[in-house]
Amino acid sequence: MTVAEVPVPAAEPDPAPDAEAKLRDLLIIAYSGDLEKVWAQMILASTAAAMGVKTRIFVTFWGLPTFVKPGVRITGENWMQKMMSGMKRPGIAHRKLSTMNFLGMGPWMMRKLAKRYGVSSPAELLEVAQMMDVEIMPCQMTMDMFGLKREDMIDGLGEPVGAATVIGLLSEGSSALFI
Amino acid sequence: MASVQVDARGLNCPMPIVKTAQAVKGLASGDTVEVLATDAGSVKDFAAWSKTTGNEMVEQSAAGGVFRFILRKK
Repeated sequence: MTVAEVPVPAAEPDPAPDAEAKLRDLLIIAYSGDLEKVWAQMILASTAAAMGVKTRIFVTFWGLPTFVKPGVRITGENWMQKMMSGMKRPGIAHRKLSTMNFLGMGPWMMRKLAKRYGVSSPAELLEVAQMMDVEIMPCQMTMDMFGLKREDMIDGLGEPVGAATVIGLLSEGSSALFI
Repeated sequence: MASVQVDARGLNCPMPIVKTAQAVKGLASGDTVEVLATDAGSVKDFAAWSKTTGNEMVEQSAAGGVFRFILRKK
């Protein structure tokens, strides 16, 4: 039996890379305040900006205290909000590990290892990200609920926004990372 | 054509890329940047950066654990 020869269509040549192709925007939803996840948020944000990707960070829930000014200790108006900030110290320099925190021993070791291996700290990466025009948008609802005011937050943050802004960006084609 | 150098030796991900992007920002089209890095991930990372940003990888080499890249601004 002979097999009928089927003409194989020539492979389509790869389309030439379009030098002017627009990169998709990136939206990082910074939900967690755990040290290791804040690190990931900052590494990806600064890298995306370095690659010419328009990058935004929407900061919500446990992610919000990361962006409280250094030195601001107790935030909020009522005892519940104050207690929350008291138990979970705000600021990017005071993030805890979600695992192996060991009363601060874990983060201390992390910082030591990072230094030894030339890894920049989350605070350094945040500074770089802001320098490279990463837009940081705090969640208005979480700010209200946690009792955080504009003046409690670091400089250079964008206007507080809500979920509709996030969904709007996604529907316009932003890639999203929920960290 | 101007040329600048970025010494990213000893720096880990993502700083070699970030520092390079910052240096390239101040250059004109056609200028080149020479990057020195020790991060082993930088070989793949600079290829990806070059592809995404359109800045051309002109030359790359490795010697004694130091990676050297020459990139030309788009």
